[in-house]
This record gives sequence, structure tokens and C-alpha cells, in this order.
Amino acid sequence: MSQTNLGENRMSGAFVVSARKRTIQKGMKFAGEGLLFAIASFVAVVVLFIFFFVARDAIPFFQLRGFAEFFTSTSWYPADAPGEFGALAIIYGSAMVTVGSALIAVPLGVAAAICLSDVLPFSVRQYAKPVIEMLAAIPSVAYGFFALVIFAPLLQNFGGPIMMWAWWLIAGPFMILAVIVLADLLTSKDGEQQSGTNVKRVVLSILFSIIALGFLYWVGMSLNAIQVMTGTNALNVSIILSFMALPTIVSVSEDSLQAVGRELREGSYALGATRAETIVKTVLPAASSGILAAVILGIMRALGETMVVWMASGNSSHIPDPWYNYLDSIRTLTATIAGDMGEADQVTGSARYHVLFAMGLLLLIFSFISNLVSERIVVRQRKILSGQ
Amino acid sequence: MKILKKLFLLVAVLSFAATAPAQAKDSLVLDGSTTVGPIAKSFAAYFTKNYGVQVTVSESGSGNGAKSLINGACDIANMSRGMKDAEVAAAKSKGVDPVAHVVALDGIAVVVHPSNFVSALTTEQIRDIYRGKVTNWNQVGGPSAKIVVIQRESNSGTQDLFRSLVVGKKNPITKRAETQASNGAVKSRVATTPAAIGFIGLGFVDDSVKSLSVDGVKPSVETVKDGSYPVARPLFMVTDGQPTGNVKKFIELNRTEDGKQMISELGYVNKY
Repeated sequence: MSQTNLGENRMSGAFVVSARKRTIQKGMKFAGEGLLFAIASFVAVVVLFIFFFVARDAIPFFQLRGFAEFFTSTSWYPADAPGEFGALAIIYGSAMVTVGSALIAVPLGVAAAICLSDVLPFSVRQYAKPVIEMLAAIPSVAYGFFALVIFAPLLQNFGGPIMMWAWWLIAGPFMILAVIVLADLLTSKDGEQQSGTNVKRVVLSILFSIIALGFLYWVGMSLNAIQVMTGTNALNVSIILSFMALPTIVSVSEDSLQAVGRELREGSYALGATRAETIVKTVLPAASSGILAAVILGIMRALGETMVVWMASGNSSHIPDPWYNYLDSIRTLTATIAGDMGEADQVTGSARYHVLFAMGLLLLIFSFISNLVSERIVVRQRKILSGQ
Repeated sequence: MKILKKLFLLVAVLSFAATAPAQAKDSLVLDGSTTVGPIAKSFAAYFTKNYGVQVTVSESGSGNGAKSLINGACDIANMSRGMKDAEVAAAKSKGVDPVAHVVALDGIAVVVHPSNFVSALTTEQIRDIYRGKVTNWNQVGGPSAKIVVIQRESNSGTQDLFRSLVVGKKNPITKRAETQASNGAVKSRVATTPAAIGFIGLGFVDDSVKSLSVDGVKPSVETVKDGSYPVARPLFMVTDGQPTGNVKKFIELNRTEDGKQMISELGYVNKY
């Protein structure tokens, strides 16, 4: 009964709209739009507020101590009687783990996304993607605990062999590919002489293989000989952070690869392109803006992560020696804020308190800039793709 | 934590205020060091339970404890250091006669990995390691390995004590020093790192790490008690004049069996 009544009402409403109903509809539309607008602007206002309040507490630091010490000195002794607030080593530490984790997570993540979207059959993808996304659900303190209690001693005891095997596993396949392609390229010029090129190709392949094997072995052995003195170092944190950034990168890039759609892929195949050519020349360029967004998101995740670096980076505020030494312990901006906040709030108003806000502002500005840059690149990419 | 502490204080103050008019003499107020705080709080709970006396414990730091006592705002000042001359002078000028009582002792063990065959260092050597002058174990008679120096974060009382007793307040600790957030974290890092050196409260030492002799003295309850172990300090409760009544009873809790048990359970060393 009631259902038919409702149906009739709806029908009549659709055809004959009374003035009163129209007013109600207009009012509802206005209220709905207003509500959505309020919610959307609320988020923007929250961001502005965070910026404002962090900046408000950060500026007194620069008034008290100036810019030079903060950005150029590596002496971080905030608790001493005349405190020293040189954050250069800490900024460097943050940059170091961010770059390190990006170097691991970006190739791995993008490759995994391509594999998921264009290589693996649908049934496998259905299971693989949720499993990768599970990585994002693990609390960061659990990652930190793993890094400190399990991974750090492992790196100390078997650091050399671990790096050797990692090198072999990663560089090995690339070397095989390089040998094949190189031998192919050098012999294909010969053109007609089929039998001659075959012999030449075999000889070249063997020669290259020996060189490649020698190189693999030499680098592997030098890695194997390295003694890792401390397991709580930049490498440990970079690896753990890259695993934390992976689900973001894989998930977002896979979505953007999927969004490229069937038409482009089928068009490419119809022109006679192989699957590899389709992926490299058609799908990747079309999805590049989405992949870039994924990479930026992943990097932001690594830069902003606190718990893991606080637990497992060693927190020593110095620039590693030499500067690229990932086996040295470092200190990051986020860990410093977390670690020093406990006492700093008792001395509100001092440089020691405001310096932490200065660090927070630095992090905010950095993420703001990288967001802007990625936005610009996405816009430019769209223009290129649409042929303008 | 902070909020909990504040809530606790609030409740304590409120209950104190409620009972104060009726039994003004049956209440004690303690203020001062955060290091002595745990002892004072377990004593307070015990005292209230057994003698029906309300005890309020605030933890505002040794300096503030002294100030409270001088101003007559507390009965007992908890202090993890002796009274400074200026404080004694200020007390005298207000007619307060500060008398310090050692309530317990606190020792810090310098620990290394069990596989490290270094078993004794001098205070000088430890200072040089933490200042970054000595960077390899073979410089202090150990294996050839780069020393992994581990310290506590800047707001740790243990760090504070270690700096003032060993490194020297004026000397910065090497920038290479790793920082861990708790006694437990330092212990776990040292236990898993062959070349590490760290320092932890005496109560935290177990078989997973090796504690070093400092200036030839092995850290233990006995050596801290007889004063021969150098990285140790007495913890004080300071009163105005010789204590009487409930104040005396409270301070002398550390001579009773129950009091001794509470102190050793908290990881401190008994004086008696």
C-alpha cells in the first residue's frame, strides 16, 4: 500500500511541480550545496590554521637565533645551558632517508603496479593487490619495533651478505637483459649475413656475460666485506620506510594505469605494437601524471614518518662520513620533534621550544612545495597529452 | 602521562583540602625531584594506608622543591642533589634550617655487549668515549671496532646524572652518539650491538649486557651503598630542622623492612 502511494507521489512530483514544492526543492538544494561547501572549505581552513599556528610559534625562534645557525651549523645541543640549535645535520638526515626510501620504493612500486595492471591475469591481481595494500594497515610502531629489534641486529650480523644477495638479485636480471640487448644491437647492423651474425652474436654474448658476471661478483664481494657497525642506520630506516610507502605508490599508480583504459591499449596493439611497446610507449606516458602523484604521495609518507625513524635511525645528529654513507646512524626532523617535545613544553617561550616549530614549519613548507611542483607537472603533462 | 599526573595532583589536592581543616596535623606535603618522586609516592601510599595520614607528593624538580621548603609550602623537599650554598643562605634568612636525609642511593651502570672483552674503564676513558676523543675500542684495550656510543634523550634524568658525574656538564657529548628513549631501549641496543657502549639505571642491568667496572669498582648494590662506585648519587629528603612526629616517621620509612623492599623494587639502592 504505502509503497504504491510513495510511487504515485514521486510520479506526480516529477510531472507537476507546485510552487511550494519548488521552493522546498530550491531550499534543499541551497542547504545541501551550502553544507558541502562548508565541509570542503572547513578542510582548507584546517590546513591554513595548522600553517598559521605552526608559523606563529616558529617565527620567534628565528627572531631569537637568526637563520644562519639553524641552516648551517651541525651542532645540535638544545638542552645545554647556552643551547646550540644547528639543524643542518638533521635536515640532511631527513633528506637522506627520504631519498633512500624513494630509490627503493619508486622503481619497485611502479614495476609492481605495471605488473598488476598489465601483466598478471585478473584472478591473480584480485588477490595480490589487497595483500600489498595490507602493508598500509600495519601500525608504524610495529614497523619501528621490527626495525629496532629484528632488522637492526640482522643488519649488524649479516649486513654484508644481505647487501651482496640483494645486489645479485636486483642487478642479476638487469645484467642478463643488458647482455642480450647489447649483443643484439651490436650484431644487428650486419644485416644479411645470417650465419656470420649468429656466430658473432654468440661470441659477443659470451664475452659480455663474462664481463657482467665478473662485475656482479666483484661488487657483490665488496659489499660482502662491509662490516656494519650499527644496525640502527639510514639504510635500515630507508628500507622500512620504502615498505611503508609501497602500498601508496602501488595502489595509486595501479589505479592510474587502469584508468588509461582499453581503447588506448587496443589501439596500440592494432598498430602492431607488442605488449612491452604498448606498456612503455602508450600506457606509461598516458598514466604518467597519476604515477607522479603516487610517487609524491609515497615520498611524503616517508618524509613525514616519525615512529620508525625515532626508534630505528639511531638519532645521532651528525652528517654521515662520507656523506653518502647509508650505514651510519642519522637523525631526522620528525624524530627530533617527537623526542624533544617532552621536555621542551616545560620551557615554553624559549628557543628550545620554538626550534621544534621551526622544524615543523620546514616540513610543512617542503610538502607544500612538492605538492605544488607535482601539480604543475600534472598540468603540463595533460597539455602535452592533449596535443596542445 | 602529563594529564594523568595533573589529574592525580588535582585529586590529591582536593582530598587534602577536604581533610585539611579537620586534621591539619595529620597531613604531609612533599615537593621536588622527579627522580625521588617514585620513592616518595610509594612511601606516601604506604603511609596513608598504615597511619591514616594524607600525603601529597608533587614532582616539580629539585630546585622547586628547595624553594617550596624555604617558603614553608612543603614539609619535605625531595632532592636528587645537595642543597646549593645560595639555597642554604636563602633558607637561613627565612629562618629555615635545612637538614638533608639520604633516603636511598641511585647508581648508573656503564654497559657493553657481553662479547666485548673490555671489562673495566676509568672515568676519564668513558668521558673521552662520550666526548668523541676515543672512537675505537682498541684505544682502550678492546677489540678493533668503531665504538657505537649510545646516550639517552635530553630530558632523561639518567642522562643528566651521567653528564654531570662522568662527562662534565660543560662538555658536549659527541654528535655521533645515538639516542634512545628509555633504559630498556638502550639495554636492547647494547645487547644486540657488539661494539656498543651505553648507560642504564642499576636496576635494569641483567645478563643480556655486561656492566663495566668504573675506576676499578664493579657497580652493585654494595659498591653504590659504600660510596666506592663513582657513577652514583645519594637521593635526599630535606626537612626544616630535625624532623619530628609524622615527618620523622615518614623519612625513617627507609629503615623499615617494607620501606627497603619498596626502594629496591623501584630499582634504587637502600642506604640501610
